Amino acid sequence: MNSFLEFFSFADPNIRYVVFGSILLTGSSAIVGSFTFLKKKALVGDAVAHAVLPGVCLSFILYGEKNPIILILGAFLTGWVSLLLIDYISAKSKIKEDTAIGLILSVFFGIGIFMLTIIQKSGNAAQSGLDQFLFGKAASLVGTDLIAFTIIALILICTVSLLFKEFTIAAFDKEFAATLGLPIKAIELILTTLTVLAVVVGIQAVGVVLMAAMLITPAAAARFWTEKIQTMVWLAAIFGSFSGLTGAYISYIAPSMPTGPWIVIVVSTIAFISFFMAPRKGIFYRVRNQKKIKRQINDENILKALYQLGEQEKSFFEKRTVEEILQKRIFDPAKLKAGLKRLKRQGYLRNKNGHWSFTRAGRDKGQRTVKLHRLWELYLTQYLRIAPDHVHDDADTIEHILTPELEARLEKLLDYPTVDPHSSEIPYR
Amino acid sequence: MNALQIIIAGSLVAISCGLLGCFLILRKMAMVGDAISHAVLPGIVIAFMLTGSRDSVTMLLGAGVIGVLTTFLIEFFHTKGKLQTDASIGVTFTWLFAIGVILISVFAGKVDLDQECVLYGEIAYVPLDLWITDTGTIMGPRVIYISASVLVILLLFIGFGYKELFLTTFDPAYASAIGISTITWHYLLMGAVSLTTVASFEAVGAILVVALLIAPPATAYLLVDDFKKMLILTSVLGVIVSVCGYYLAAWLDGSIAGAMAAVSGFFFGVAFIYNRLMVKKSSKVKPSKTAI
Repeated sequence: MNSFLEFFSFADPNIRYVVFGSILLTGSSAIVGSFTFLKKKALVGDAVAHAVLPGVCLSFILYGEKNPIILILGAFLTGWVSLLLIDYISAKSKIKEDTAIGLILSVFFGIGIFMLTIIQKSGNAAQSGLDQFLFGKAASLVGTDLIAFTIIALILICTVSLLFKEFTIAAFDKEFAATLGLPIKAIELILTTLTVLAVVVGIQAVGVVLMAAMLITPAAAARFWTEKIQTMVWLAAIFGSFSGLTGAYISYIAPSMPTGPWIVIVVSTIAFISFFMAPRKGIFYRVRNQKKIKRQINDENILKALYQLGEQEKSFFEKRTVEEILQKRIFDPAKLKAGLKRLKRQGYLRNKNGHWSFTRAGRDKGQRTVKLHRLWELYLTQYLRIAPDHVHDDADTIEHILTPELEARLEKLLDYPTVDPHSSEIPYR
Repeated sequence: MNALQIIIAGSLVAISCGLLGCFLILRKMAMVGDAISHAVLPGIVIAFMLTGSRDSVTMLLGAGVIGVLTTFLIEFFHTKGKLQTDASIGVTFTWLFAIGVILISVFAGKVDLDQECVLYGEIAYVPLDLWITDTGTIMGPRVIYISASVLVILLLFIGFGYKELFLTTFDPAYASAIGISTITWHYLLMGAVSLTTVASFEAVGAILVVALLIAPPATAYLLVDDFKKMLILTSVLGVIVSVCGYYLAAWLDGSIAGAMAAVSGFFFGVAFIYNRLMVKKSSKVKPSKTAI
């Protein structure tokens, strides 16, 4: 608890640097990453992250010392070239985009490693610390780093907020943006530049491999909570910053722990929680919803079978055994049993000594399902000119989905028909 | 002698990776290969801790399982969560890689793996790491035995499953129509990728293995139209890359694995320019023919 207070009072300037540096880096890359995510180019960030290495080494070889601005310039240059090459290769040959990304990523990184090892063996003392570009150095950020990060983060955030609308349109509908007269090439160029910029600074916090996570994961997590792009970008920024803060805290209480990977673990945890738990889009919600729909279809089919049995004998409130229902329609016995129990609970069916019979509400519901089925069959034969023996399966699916409004429109369109294409009566109440 | 051993190890790794890479790039799964090569890291570290050595079958199997798990997770988030594929890949492999790096720092004293080795391997140490039997006979470099056995397994896999792999790659609909399970072969292939990545890990590291998976097949893909020729050309390129990479590294005194990646990129560049020139030339004479 003590260390918690110590950390969050931010009294120690080193803690301040690390915390604010991490938050700035993770937050701003999450914002920029949201747009590459929406453009479905998430892995391009991964390629850029690997491709900056040769740039860093090249500027070191040419300049001879570790001047942060020169290194960032070099990184920026090769990061940029890598993106151009990916586009060029996938546009001008039969090589697919994902192959081009993997190719450029690994070859640029290989060249970078080759140069780095040459520098390391050259005996130049100034080289120590170049490998921070590989693994990040979030835990050892100093004042001057923070100033550079703040400036770049401000540039990123200002550009994104100024061009928010343009980026959004360009991400979703390029053709539409072009018809609006937006300079789509320029906008994409700016977005690419911002991505490279975000990678070049972010990589110093979390390192080459994990940089991709800083761009992709917060955006992917945020996407599960909202349909609004503005909310999504904000959420992504919050998820990113929170993981930056937590990562910094974890490596403060356990100094042997690397900050970068912990930032990624935190943000991935947020993402997994979102993937599973998010309302409406989360996996649990989807699975539950699917089960609910399957149950509804199962139950409506039971009512339909009972109604059809009643039709045959012109007596709807007769008691039926399970075997009789199974003769009318094939059910999985376990599902049939569960469905019958559920329908009894809901007041659609009665049960006496293993014999099942309709309540009035149950008869009405079964009748409606049968009616929708037959209306739809008639609609398909009359309006789509489909042969009567081809319409059953389609109707069997849609009868569970049609709303009362659509039902009314179908009735009107077909002029309240009395029989379906198979000369079965269409029941009205 | 050392040079020869390093070149042999490099060639074996490059051929194994290249053969699998041919299938990967044609299935548009190049980045899944990239993801697996990163994601096996925690598997390697855990297996290392459990068995205490690097040359165990446990390690190959453990990492193989993690590789298949990675593929499964990517598919799962994509199909069940409706997450777009690229993001699904990015989230999954960075998460597993981060776990791997953390495990390395937690067990720093006990695991003989460092972060540099993870990223770009230590092929230069191949001749030093000898396989000595219980009776004390020196059998030669361990890595060569491992990568040779992986190559043999792989050749058997591709040899016996050629028809299935070929069909599920080029015409999955037809393949499933004649009763070949595309899912089974998908996971078998991914298992093979994991196995190869792990076996190549010490030699070339997690990222440069991607260069060997993708660059030689992509180069061959530009040059030939026949799939069998593509497999053969890829293998030949793998050996050339290994030889040139070794001598480039020896000349400039840098990382051999890095040099191999650089050389494979150079060959791709040459093939790409040649391909462009041919397209331009043929489009002047007659309408360019459509490629496969």
